[in-house]
This record gives sequence, structure tokens and C-alpha cells, in this order.
Amino acid sequence: MSDVLAARFQMAMSLAFHIIFAVVGIGMPVLMVIAEWRWRRTGDATYLELAKRWAKGAAVLFAVGAVSGTVLSFELGLLWPGFMRYAGAIIGMPFSLEGFAFFTEAIFLGIYLYGWDKVSPRAHLAAGVMVAVSGAASALFVVMANAWMNTPVGFRAIDGSLVDIDPIAAMLGPASFPEALHMIIAAYAATGFAVAGIHALVLLRTPGSAFHRAALAIGLTMGVPAGLVQPLSGDISARYVARWQPAKLAAMEGQFRTERGAPLRLGGLPNESARNTPYAIEIPRGLSLLAYHDPRAEVKGLEAFPRSAWPPVAVVHISFQVMVALGGYLVLVGVWVMARAIRRRPLAESRWLMRAVTIAAPMGFIAIEAGWTVTEVGRQPWIVFGLVRTSDAVTPFTNLVVPFVAFTALYFFLGVVTAWLLYRLVAKSAP
Amino acid sequence: MTPAVVVAVVIVIALIAYAVTGGADFGGGVWDALAHGPRRREQRALIASALAPIWEANHVWLIIVVVLLFTCFPRAFADLFIALHVPLSLMLVGIVLRGSSFIFRAYGSKRLAAQARWSRLFAAASIVTPLVLGASIGAIASGGVTRSLHLLDRGDSSAGEMMVQLALRSWLSTFDLTVGLLTLAGFAWLAAVYLCVEAKDDALRDDFRARALWTLASLVALMVLAPLAARAQAERLYHALMDQWWSWPYVGITAVAAAMSGWALWSRRFQLARLAAPAVVALVLGGWALAQYPYLIPNRWTIADAAAPPITIELVLIAVALGSIVLFPSLIYLMRIFKKEDAPGVPGNELTTDD
Ligand code: HDD
Ligand code: HEM
Ligand code: HEM
Repeated sequence: MSDVLAARFQMAMSLAFHIIFAVVGIGMPVLMVIAEWRWRRTGDATYLELAKRWAKGAAVLFAVGAVSGTVLSFELGLLWPGFMRYAGAIIGMPFSLEGFAFFTEAIFLGIYLYGWDKVSPRAHLAAGVMVAVSGAASALFVVMANAWMNTPVGFRAIDGSLVDIDPIAAMLGPASFPEALHMIIAAYAATGFAVAGIHALVLLRTPGSAFHRAALAIGLTMGVPAGLVQPLSGDISARYVARWQPAKLAAMEGQFRTERGAPLRLGGLPNESARNTPYAIEIPRGLSLLAYHDPRAEVKGLEAFPRSAWPPVAVVHISFQVMVALGGYLVLVGVWVMARAIRRRPLAESRWLMRAVTIAAPMGFIAIEAGWTVTEVGRQPWIVFGLVRTSDAVTPFTNLVVPFVAFTALYFFLGVVTAWLLYRLVAKSAP
Repeated sequence: MTPAVVVAVVIVIALIAYAVTGGADFGGGVWDALAHGPRRREQRALIASALAPIWEANHVWLIIVVVLLFTCFPRAFADLFIALHVPLSLMLVGIVLRGSSFIFRAYGSKRLAAQARWSRLFAAASIVTPLVLGASIGAIASGGVTRSLHLLDRGDSSAGEMMVQLALRSWLSTFDLTVGLLTLAGFAWLAAVYLCVEAKDDALRDDFRARALWTLASLVALMVLAPLAARAQAERLYHALMDQWWSWPYVGITAVAAAMSGWALWSRRFQLARLAAPAVVALVLGGWALAQYPYLIPNRWTIADAAAPPITIELVLIAVALGSIVLFPSLIYLMRIFKKEDAPGVPGNELTTDD
């Protein structure tokens, strides 16, 4: 394995690992705060019990999130010193702000998890709100850094270095708003459905449990609205991609030819050498309509770009299909839940709905991994779009396959232990 | 002071903050490993309850150091992370295992065998990480990093030679290892001193008082040894530290602070010891920074040469100032909640007692 490839795999693996815990760090505090708030409003001890149980699981997940995030911030230097040398001064601003968000998150998390009988109930709830707010803020800032890699602005590039830089303009580039919005909603959708799914699984066995019904309701309260609006925010993302990264859009859609009234492809397997995407269901003019809101708009195909500027087409296309398909499933389940809730029929009494929600549990997370694959692999061969190639940014340190294997093994171990601990926590609460 | 120098000072302060807070958390792991005597279990419980609410927050200081470095001194950051690839990777593994084993032990199975397994991992990671962190700092100071980078620039070594140079020669001189030991001893000492204050019963407090006194003795020995090693291997550092008008007063103040903390421990003035001990650590780190000034990496990057464009530095300083307005009150609030002198003892943490 070449060093660049090992570095890319290590980065991708670390990010794919961290993002799961980061997403829980954004979503879980909201659920705990809702449960605790319900307890204070209703006096029903079920909600307090729920908040405390969730807090236990969250404590483990937060710790793994913190250590895997630390790994990432080191890896920026360990793997991509060329990138940091080039872009540190301009991309560092959101990371610095993120540092302060981490501080507030960690401080109030400590108070939330270990301060149940050390601070007043109101202060405790407020600490939970602080954790939720700073979790979302961390996501906002770090995604701004990623957005700059996708749509770099706020500088002039001269002779391989950046001059006249404006870090604030760089933070507020065209990708920032769509990416941050889509990511934060994704976090709420994924966590909400995951939590609801776990409790739905228990409810399939004990449909009467008030504890699990309350948990299901709170999980869905967060997950369903987020799942329903996610396609709208995905549309905003797709339109910025169409405008700023047309090669990525073409790869997402398996669109090789430049054409007016391009079709939307569902499924299909892009073939880079034959330059077509067979086995797809094509919806005429669908792509032009979605990407430009005009059924006759011209969509650039990959052939409009030199071969060396193509991302790996099949990976990007398939990941995109996976994300959209899972998003579609979450919308369906969301509509079903809403339909039952509006008629005031207890959700837990529909076994089919409980099965559907259980199946939804991992879907948000899979969609997130797929979506990031679209964003990151779709940006290739660039690390900073249009400016720096990934191969020029890698460290001169060699044998990078060694750290890649070592960190993969380490994360595998962490993942297994974490999953086992969570399983124990859930199994204990199930009758 | 130019804005770049101000940021450099902020970075040193953040590093000191990490050492006196996060460092002590590693020290706690050392004492977990060395827990012995009739009150073994109580010692471990005290350490765990002292760490649980604060270690994640303490740890963020390190992130701040890294982030400020790459934002404000991107070229020096890139060089450091190339030359110190191996120790920094080891340190990362240590950080990951320390944090995760601690939390797995607290929330996992309460069976003794399982607890013992996580304890061993927690202890090993708590010992290795400070050693490697210290050796990395030693390697910057002693010029090992600079030598590797020069060789890399010259580009006339074979890939294999370069690999060996980067992996082993950047950071393993006697001086670097001495600094590693010094760091380990310093962190353990801080932890022992803080635990004296945290302990709620006298016998337990005496356990940690004895440990604090012993570690102080070894720390002083290392503080004498380090300059000797520096004289042989980090000459520039030695002269920069020892040949200034402020050299002897500075060493004097450090010695007084160390002596004071020893006396405070001896005479059971634990609150005083808790102030004096971090002051000693701050003085040692500050001395290193002063000796290296104006260099970030000796003979390679001065603060001025490595600095990012002024606009970045200024914006970061504004962000640090605004961030501090939120950060410090929150930190004080956290410490007030969990580190009040009269706080009732927390036996383990209540979330984990069922099982
Ligand atoms: C719960 C997770 C989830 C769901 C249901 C969806 N997405 Fe998504 N998507 C993400 C989670 C996600 C993500 C992982 O969060 C990404 C990666 C980068 C980003 O900003 O969000 C992403 C990226 C992403 C991008 C690429 C943005 C870029 O390259 O910067 C587009 C165009 C879409 N999404 C579009 C959609 C559409 C049209 C959806 C319709 C159902 C959809 N997403 C559902
Ligand atoms: C928001 C913060 C993120 C930043 C700053 C970031 C940054 C980077 C960097 C520096 C690389 C290496 C260079 C490259 O291969 O282009 C990379 C690659 C990659 N990242 Fe991200 N990333 C972020 C989020 C994510 C997330 C959450 C995922 C989750 C799955 C992800 C998936 C990947 C993948 C798959 C690659 C490898 C691409 C390839 O080699 O084709 N990224 N990212
Ligand atoms: C290159 C990319 C990234 C870097 C360098 C990075 C860095 C970090 C670091 C250092 C931490 C630990 C903070 C602590 O000690 O408490 C952390 C945690 C966190 N990160 Fe990331 N991160 C990256 C990608 C992401 C992405 C894509 C997201 C999400 C959208 C994210 C959201 C979070 C959140 C919410 C936490 C707190 C999690 C917790 O404590 O459970 N990060 N990250």
C-alpha cells in the first residue's frame, strides 16, 4: 500500500469512527434534557430514571468521542503536514473556536453526569442545555473547516502559498451553511431514530412498559422532524455542489455526458472505462430539475473534466444512493409515526411500526457515513478543492501502513468494548 | 511584544495548564498502579472519584495547544509533527487507552478480574503517555527535532536511514529521556499533592502525603540531573537557560517554590502545597520556554518567522479573549462544585454502584 493511500485510509477510518460518537455527542444531550425537563414538569419519576439511564450510556460514548477527536486533531499534523503548512492559518479559525466549544461541552458534561446531587435541579438542567448547545457548536465549527476544503474562498493563491487571507470570509464560504445545516439535522435524526429503535426493540417484547414508551416518544420527538426535513436540506446541499463542484455532482449521479434535461438515476453501477451507468432507473429530466430547479438546465458530465480530475465515480455514486435511500426510509417511518400520533393511537401497540422503527435504528448512522463518503471521496483528487492535491499534502514520514494498521486495531478494540458495554446497559434495563 | 509572541505565550500558558491539570490526571493513573497497603481500595476509589468529573475538561487544554500551534505557527507545527511522528503517535495511543480504560472500568462489569484488567491498562497508559510527552519536549529543546529536519531537507539520506532517524534519533537522547522521567515524576507528584487535599480521612491523606514527599525527592534529583544532561546534549538550551542575568534568580525562585511545597507537605499545610506544587511545574515549563525564546524549534523556526499572517494571529487573540470570558467562569464553577474543601466524600461514583 502506498503511503498516501495508507494515510487516506487512516484518516477516513478515524473520521468514520469519530463521527459516530460526535453525532451521539450532539443528539444525546438533547434527549437527556427533554427527559429531565419532562420529569420536572410532570413529576413522573419514569422520566428521571430515563435521563439517568441515558446519561450512563452517554458517559461512555462521550469519552470515546473525546479521545477519538483528539486523535483526529493530531492526525492533521501526523498525516497531512503539507496541508496544514499550506492552510493552517486560514482553516485554523473554526478549529480554534471549536476548541472553546469543546471546553464548555466537557465542563458542563462533567457537571451533568456527576453533579446530580451537587447542584440545584435547575442548574443541572441548565448544564444539560449547555452541553447540547456546545455539541452543536462544535459540529458547526468543524464542518466550517471541512466546507472550506470543499469551496475554498477568502485568499489569493500565489506560487503555492496563500496571500491576503481572510479567515472570516473563509469560514463563511458557500459550502458552510448547507453542510452545517445538513450535518446538524443528520445528527438529530440519527440519534433520535437510534434511541427510538433500541427502545422499540424492547417494546416488541414488553409492549406495556411505561419506561420504554416514554423513551420511544422522546427519541421520535427528536428524530422524526429531523428525518422529515432532511431531504429539504439535502436539496440545498445538492444545489451548492452542482454550482461549486460539478465533477462531484456528476460522480454522485453517474452522469458522464454533458446534457440538457439530464435524468435522475436511481441505483445503477457507474463504469468509468465504458463511461456509462447501466442498471439504473432513469427519471427523465429529474437531475436537471433537482439540481437547478429547471427541467431543461444543462448538467455537466464527467467528460467535461480531465480524467485526472475525476473522483472515484462508483464509490461516490453508490454512497449517494445509499444515503438517499435511507433518508427515504426515515421519511416513510416518520410519516407513519405522525399519522398514528395525530390519531392519538399509542405507537407501541402497532407491532409493525415497532418493527419499522427498530430497523431504522442504525439507518441514520449509515446515512451519515455514506454522506461523508460522498463529500470526501467526491472531493478527490483534491484535499483543498482545485488547489492542493491530496498526494502533495501527505507527510514525508514513510511506512504509514504501520500506524494505519495499529490505529485500526485500536479502534476495533474500542468499538467492540463500547458496543458490549452499551449492550449490557440496555439488556439490564430490559425485563 | 508582537502579537505572535503573545500567542506563543498563550500556548505556553495552555501547556502549563495542561500539565498542572491533565498532567495530574495521568499522575492519578500512576498512583492507581502503585496503590498498595491496607487502604489500596480506598486509594483507588479516591483517585477515580477525583478524576471522573474533570478529566475530559482538563484534557481539552492539550487540544487548545495543538489547535493554536497549527493555526498560528503552521509551518513549525508541520515540522514538529513530521519529526516527532513516532512519539506523538505513541502518546496518542496512550491518551486513547487511558481515557477509554478509565471509563470502561467505571461503567463496565464490576467483577474483580474485569476491573483489574482495565486498571492495568489504565495504569500502563498513564505511565507511558507522560514519558513520551516529556521526551518529545526534550527532543525539541535538545535539538533532536532540528537535526532530523535538516537531514530531511538535505535529502541525501536513503529512505531507510531517514526512517530510522525520524523514528528513533529525533527523540531518544539521554537528555530527552531524562525530561520524560522528569515529566512522569512531576505529574505523579502533582497528583499525590492534590489527592492529599481531596482525601477525606486522615489515614488516606497520610498515604498520599508519604507518596508526595518521596516523589518530590526524586523530582528534585531529576531537576538536578536534567541540566547536567543538557550540558552534554542540549548545550544551546543549557547556555540559554544558565547564562542570562535572570538565570540564577529564576533557578532560585524555582528552588524556593519546591522547598516551600516540601515544607508545606511536611507540616501538613496541604492547601499551601496545592498552590506551591503547580507553581513549581509552571516555573520549570516557563524556564524551558524562556530559554528557547525566540525560537519555537531551536535553530529552525523563530516565533516571528513561523508566524501565520497578522490577521490570523489577531483574530485568534480576539477569539481567545472572548473564549476566556466563557471559559474561566465555567472552569471555576466546575472546580467549585467538585473540588470544594468541605464537599462530602464521593465514594466511587454513584452512577456505577449498582451491579
Ligand atoms: C441522517 C443522515 C442523512 C440523511 C437521511 C441524508 N443525508 Fe445527505 N449527508 C449527510 C447525512 C444525511 C451527511 C453525512 O451529514 C453529509 C456529509 C457532509 C454533509 O454536509 O452532510 C451529507 C452530504 C450530502 C450531500 C453532499 C454535500 C457535499 O458534498 O458537501 C448531498 C448533496 C446530500 N447529502 C443530499 C442529501 C439528500 C438529497 C438526501 C435525501 C434524502 C439526504 N442527503 C439524506
Ligand atoms: C468535518 C470535518 C472533516 C474534515 C476537516 C475532514 C478532512 C479530511 C482530510 C484532511 C482528509 C485526507 C485527505 C483526502 O483524502 O482528501 C479526508 C479524507 C477522507 N475523509 Fe474527511 N474530513 C471531515 C469529515 C469526515 C467525516 C465525518 C467522514 C466520515 C465518514 C469523512 C470521510 C473521509 C474519507 C472517506 C476520506 C478519504 C477520501 C479518499 O481517500 O478518497 N470525512 N478528510
Ligand atoms: C477533522 C475533523 C475533526 C477533528 C479534528 C475533530 C476534533 C475533535 C476533538 C479534539 C474532540 C475532543 C474534544 C474533547 O476532548 O472533549 C472532538 C469531539 C467532538 N467532535 Fe470532533 N473532530 C472532527 C470531526 C468532527 C465532525 C465531522 C463532527 C461533527 C459534526 C465533530 C463533532 C464533535 C463533537 C460533537 C465532539 C464532542 C463529542 C463528545 O465529547 O462526545 N467532529 N472532536
